[in-house]
Amino acid sequence: MSTELLIAVIITLIGASTPILIAALGELVVEKSGVLNLGVEGMMLIGAVVAFAVTFATGNHWLAILCAAIAGSASSMIFAFLTLTLSANQVATGLALTIFGTGFSALFGQAYTGKPIELFRSVFPAELATHPVWRLVFGHSPLVYFSLIMVVAVWFFLKKTRTGLILRAVGENDLSAHSIGYSVVLTRYAAVAFGGAMAGIAGSCFPLLLTPQWAERLTAGRGWIALALVVFAAWRPFRLLAGAYLFGLVMTIELYTKASGSTGFLPSEFWAALPYIATIVVLVLISLRRSGQSAAPACLGKPFMPAQ
Amino acid sequence: MQFRLEKRPEPSKAMLYLTPVGAVLATALVGAIVFSLIGYNGLGAVREIFLTPLLNPLKWQDLAVKSAPLIIIAVGLSIGYRANVWNIGAEGQYVLGGLAGTGIALLTRDMSGPWILPLMIGGGVLGGMAWAVLPALLRTRLQVNEILTSLMLTYVAIQLLNYLVIGPWKDPMGFGFPQTRMFTADQMLPTIIPRTIVHLGVPIALVVAVAAWFMMSRSVFGYQVKVVGAAPDAARYGGFSVNRTIWLALLTSGALAGLAGVLEAAGPFGRMVPSFPTNYGFTAIIVAFLGRLNPLGIIFAGLAMAIAVVGGEVAQTTIKLPAAAVGIFQSMMLFFLLASDLLVRYRVRFGDRTVEARA
Repeated sequence: MSTELLIAVIITLIGASTPILIAALGELVVEKSGVLNLGVEGMMLIGAVVAFAVTFATGNHWLAILCAAIAGSASSMIFAFLTLTLSANQVATGLALTIFGTGFSALFGQAYTGKPIELFRSVFPAELATHPVWRLVFGHSPLVYFSLIMVVAVWFFLKKTRTGLILRAVGENDLSAHSIGYSVVLTRYAAVAFGGAMAGIAGSCFPLLLTPQWAERLTAGRGWIALALVVFAAWRPFRLLAGAYLFGLVMTIELYTKASGSTGFLPSEFWAALPYIATIVVLVLISLRRSGQSAAPACLGKPFMPAQ
Repeated sequence: MQFRLEKRPEPSKAMLYLTPVGAVLATALVGAIVFSLIGYNGLGAVREIFLTPLLNPLKWQDLAVKSAPLIIIAVGLSIGYRANVWNIGAEGQYVLGGLAGTGIALLTRDMSGPWILPLMIGGGVLGGMAWAVLPALLRTRLQVNEILTSLMLTYVAIQLLNYLVIGPWKDPMGFGFPQTRMFTADQMLPTIIPRTIVHLGVPIALVVAVAAWFMMSRSVFGYQVKVVGAAPDAARYGGFSVNRTIWLALLTSGALAGLAGVLEAAGPFGRMVPSFPTNYGFTAIIVAFLGRLNPLGIIFAGLAMAIAVVGGEVAQTTIKLPAAAVGIFQSMMLFFLLASDLLVRYRVRFGDRTVEARA
């Protein structure tokens, strides 16, 4: 394998990993606060269609990402209101949000079928990325740098800040956090809103970073892989980074087998199914390693019911 | 005006069954407003989606045929959801049921006899069940979350379907289309009402729902499922095996999704095609909740959802409403239902009575 090709593969890999990394970082914060939002896939689809529409109308990628974040966050508020204010079942509400997002994106996306947009490419001057190795540093879309910055930011927030500590306390023991005067519901609202914004941005990666064409359900279950990734990473941001790139590798194999036409001794459908099979394998491996003791936040998925 | 919530000593039975109706009505109302705001004929959309299929007798057979798979799958899912087992991969189990039935149909294509169809149906049930084995095994042995595994297997099932119809199962006489050959007369579900499309799957759906209702409300298994779902520690203390319940719940829901799959393959489809996965597995999740996880309630919920599906098709041609709009109506129904759950558990009191409450 030549250096050129190797670098091309790595850049593809990073691109494929970025949306699941961003979505998973958002969901990690949500779950740390004790909430399980299964609506990631739906919020990503909403972010994707909004980013596409804004890019198509204005050509401004930054505005598109901002609007995708706002739309993802707004849609997460439906979930937050139902589960946090009305204490509805989190699993069912998250599923409903995914079904809603799928319908929403299909409804507003159909007008854009067959209308390509411009990808959001590197913002650095091209001279910086002439050498293949420099391309690895300067050749990415701003979305990629954003995802990497957010890994550090989420880690710093959760581990080093007071607000992060409160958020973790709310997720580990909501009743104690409540009794010493922190607002469990408000903290969770904020976490869900952040998760929604991140899912929206993750969705914007599909039209802006990967394929500049509109297709229904273009996220193809990546939101669910992001959910699995949070478990895989044992709720740790840096492990999330490693996990996301591992999945990026699996998806890159699929892309290259499809592009080269030679699928080896296995049919191309096998490679298309591989990311999902890999998710199951990974889930099995973590549970084997953890030997019963869960790293999940103690209050994950449970409604907050203070004594009345 | 002030209001506050008061926990009911027992969940309200009346509210439990009234709120789904309220959710459908609220969906129609809000749907009409929202779709008008975004530039569609909102009132027309609601009329076509919720009323036309009911008022036009020509559509009744479509309602029966569309509600049958939804009811069968939702009944299976409801058993799991009662036990806090979240199988959301029914779509994949449905596909595997269809594939298993198709496999038997292709093997028996040169044979004839009344035994072929029951064999296909049995194969479909086993196929769906087999696709639920892995989530059950991983959940009971390794505490791996069944939500993710069952869903991931759905994507694998769809790729398996694509592989089979493009590859080894492709009809050699099919002009290169990715589809299997047509099933023979012995491999197709008979229609039960002459000159309609109403097939044997419709009465099967009703039998499944009634049998499940009987099992859930009158048998030890049903009781066990409810206890495991509501209070796993109490269940363990009472000598019920939580793991066995998880196995049974997942295998039953897989088997029923597989049954729905093979009935669709041998009924409306009559062959295996790439467009076989039609979201019944996901829509059935909404049906299960709308029916309050009660098999008899699911019959009505399945019918209500079939009305929305058939009505959505009507609205596509008459008022050019996009197909995706139906998904929005469906999710709105579920949102409203989940929101109204509060009314089942709490009473809303108006006026300020905090003084009395404190006294």
